[in-house]
Amino acid sequence: MHRKSLSRVAINAPYTVWMAIFVLVPIALVVYYAFTDAAGRFTLQNVASIVDYSHTFFTSLELALISTAICLVLAYPLAYAISRMHVKRQSTMIMLVMLPMWMNFLIRTYAWMTILEGNGLINRAVRALGGEGFHMINTNGAVVLGMVYNFLPYMILPIYTVLTKIEQSTIEAAQDLGANRVNIFRRVLLPMSVPGVISGITMVFVPAVSTFVISKLLGGGKTFLIGDIIENYFLGNTGTVDYNIGAALSLVLMILILISMAIMNHFDKDASAGGIM
Amino acid sequence: MKNNRLIDLQNISIALGGEQILKDLNLYINDKEFITLLGPSGCGKTTTLRIIAGFLAPDTGKVIFDGQDVTDVPPHKRQVNTIFQRYALFPHLNVYENIAFGLRIQKVKEPQIRDTVAEMLALVNLKGFETRNIHSLSGGQQQRVAIARALAVQPRVLLLDEPLGALDLKLRKDMQVELKNIQQRLGITFVYVTHDQEEALSMSDTIVVMDSGEIQQIGTPIDIYNEPKNAFVADFIGESNILDGVMREDFAAEFAGHRFECLDKGFAKNEPVDIVIRPEDVDVVPLERGMIRGNVTSVTFKGVHFEIIVDVDGFKWMIQTTDYVAPDSNIGMFIEPDAIHVMKKSKYSGLYGDYSTFSDEIEMLSDVTYEKEDDGDAS
Amino acid sequence: MKALSKVYNFLIFAFLYAPILVMIVYSFNADKSRTQFGGFSLRWYTELFHDQVILKSLYISLALALLSALIATIIGTIASVGIHAMRGAPRRAYLAVNNIPVTNPDIVTAISMMILFVFFVTKLNGMEMGFGTLLISHITFNIPYVVLSVLPKLRGLNSNIYEAAQDLGCPPVPAFLKVVIPQISQGIVTGFIMAFTLSLDDFVISYFNSGSTAQTLPVTIYSMTKRPYSPKINALSTLLFLAVMALLLIVNFRRSGDQKKEVHS
Repeated sequence: MHRKSLSRVAINAPYTVWMAIFVLVPIALVVYYAFTDAAGRFTLQNVASIVDYSHTFFTSLELALISTAICLVLAYPLAYAISRMHVKRQSTMIMLVMLPMWMNFLIRTYAWMTILEGNGLINRAVRALGGEGFHMINTNGAVVLGMVYNFLPYMILPIYTVLTKIEQSTIEAAQDLGANRVNIFRRVLLPMSVPGVISGITMVFVPAVSTFVISKLLGGGKTFLIGDIIENYFLGNTGTVDYNIGAALSLVLMILILISMAIMNHFDKDASAGGIM
Repeated sequence: MKNNRLIDLQNISIALGGEQILKDLNLYINDKEFITLLGPSGCGKTTTLRIIAGFLAPDTGKVIFDGQDVTDVPPHKRQVNTIFQRYALFPHLNVYENIAFGLRIQKVKEPQIRDTVAEMLALVNLKGFETRNIHSLSGGQQQRVAIARALAVQPRVLLLDEPLGALDLKLRKDMQVELKNIQQRLGITFVYVTHDQEEALSMSDTIVVMDSGEIQQIGTPIDIYNEPKNAFVADFIGESNILDGVMREDFAAEFAGHRFECLDKGFAKNEPVDIVIRPEDVDVVPLERGMIRGNVTSVTFKGVHFEIIVDVDGFKWMIQTTDYVAPDSNIGMFIEPDAIHVMKKSKYSGLYGDYSTFSDEIEMLSDVTYEKEDDGDAS
Repeated sequence: MKALSKVYNFLIFAFLYAPILVMIVYSFNADKSRTQFGGFSLRWYTELFHDQVILKSLYISLALALLSALIATIIGTIASVGIHAMRGAPRRAYLAVNNIPVTNPDIVTAISMMILFVFFVTKLNGMEMGFGTLLISHITFNIPYVVLSVLPKLRGLNSNIYEAAQDLGCPPVPAFLKVVIPQISQGIVTGFIMAFTLSLDDFVISYFNSGSTAQTLPVTIYSMTKRPYSPKINALSTLLFLAVMALLLIVNFRRSGDQKKEVHS
């Protein structure tokens, strides 16, 4: 008995030590920095200064929510269509969805610069047709586009996964009991796909709300997201380095996301069916 | 006389995935009838059911329901409901909500829904299961929920697609009785699909035997058993000895090297025919009294009777007898005129041989394995 | 309805692939213009292969991905066995900690580790940001994914086989290596591949923890996007895209081959 528990400790030791030092301690340090000043004294100043950034938080939330909603609306019909295809075709289509995901997201975002620029492909096409050019790059719209483009596959895949698990006979049963297309969607497909929708929303919302690259490349410094502020405080590319405020902002971001996920999980429980991807 | 045809399938043909599944099928179903579509897997019985339900549209032909052409009416607007092979219950809803599903679509008032669901649960003996999760139910219970769900919307016709296939033998027998009771109590039409001939015989008012997309025979269970139309039906329903014979004249058939008196007439003189004799209709008699004689090659005790295989000039007969006969003994066989059934030659003649390769084990195996009917699964 | 759905699917895929297509086309552009196409040329590919910074960061990225995936797989697999044996509160606690790097936004993971490293650098004066800190941070975010892919395989494992091996005279550790590991090898391989690709793909964590001595390919790409436009990025992206596509095709091909084998046996 004693030896057995000893060997168990030995098995767990490397992981326990590693995760403690490199996951838990850093989180603790974030909290520590958030509540201390440069001299290491306790202060609530950093956390209080969040108020100054409430506008940025709001913009981040707004853009992330809009992007998540667009992703959901775009992804659901495609995910459904793929889930009702022949099995062989399904795997081809899913590979096509995943392929861009495997490209580094910097490259994917960068590609849009070429297209959206003042002198980019779209404007050139518009002018060639005799129209006025649009101002597209360096707007909130461009940032949303970048988010949707980058994270759309993360919405398609989990929804597809739950939808494939719905058997054709379940849909037929609903039809048989008098449900038309709208009813089938509202009463069968949608409730049964809630777990997939929720993991899709999380997988899109979290990176969208915390990004700083997309806003830098497509927002051109005009759109400031919470990620940009945090980056600045830690790397000081355009301002002073201040780990304490940076840590406080990160802490708030973390808590914000934890709250959103808790809300999401609550929805998930209502939909009883388990098995997210 | 009142015309009580409820469903009329006229000249239905359909091909799925390049394969002709139904060939010019004609079938009418009477109101309040328990009709069974019986046949081996791939015979087109599930496809027929799905055409009635509206999940498949025939390539040619018409579906008439209560005098109206419903060929192009989508499933959700038809007054028929289906019990699916594996129930297809809604996993995100509990028992109550599953049964209430169709009523909610019809926007029935809540108190009315409550009453109907309670009534349905009582009907299928599931009182107190309202809030149970679908996953927590046994196969038999899920089956009952599926039945309650379909009946809650008061269909004129209930379509059942091998509903008992996934249940074990004991449960299957109980559910057979229960289904028949429900059908009689509610007085609605059941269209039942199965490959299990025993099930078909014990439950149906009418049996439709199908093979390779064509109806082989329609009749009452007794007709089908006693007067099979061809060798396929004879072989598929129950055990039968199917022999080549010649109709010498009315009431006289010759087979197994002997001329027998029989009750059939109307054949041409010396017309080649198929003869069916059921194993229980052969009497084992002392050698000298036998019309034909054979050698017993195997004896199996079956509880109520013995099943013996008898070699008569190379043709192996199966005989069921209550008297013990020793293996390897020679016996006489006596056949009454009414035990002989004469059939016209058909494309199935000669396909079903004797019992020379018969084995109990194979029989048992095929009894247990539930074959999934897949002829209608193309979506 | 069917036609409408086809059009819709096509539009979504067009949206997903248009930017990639644009990059591929412009990677062959003779002009140094982002938009004007001045004829076919391979000059950006030639320049790419002479760019020492890019080549070096590619090398670092590959080495980092391989090493961090390897170490994470070893630690993660052993940990999975330990966690699998746990019950109740300890198990929930371990899984919760395991989930922190998975659910936390990258930027939070990145800065939390950066604080740790800076803390040690300044307080202990013993190390510098570089390949070491990169490796540690990558191992850290890789371990949870290995655990998440090995643990389900252990759950599906018949625990009697380990006992059976010991019953037949095999000591515990060899029994584990000979009997348990092969059974969960699929999960281990999946975990390794996942860790490898995540590490190769990561930008945010590397960006905060790389220092100046060792930059990964994504970090280099990022700094290129901030400098004046160079079609070298397009050339690089095209090559990466082709590499990924080839990889996916091979994996898919092998998988369908496996399935066929299973059907035949």
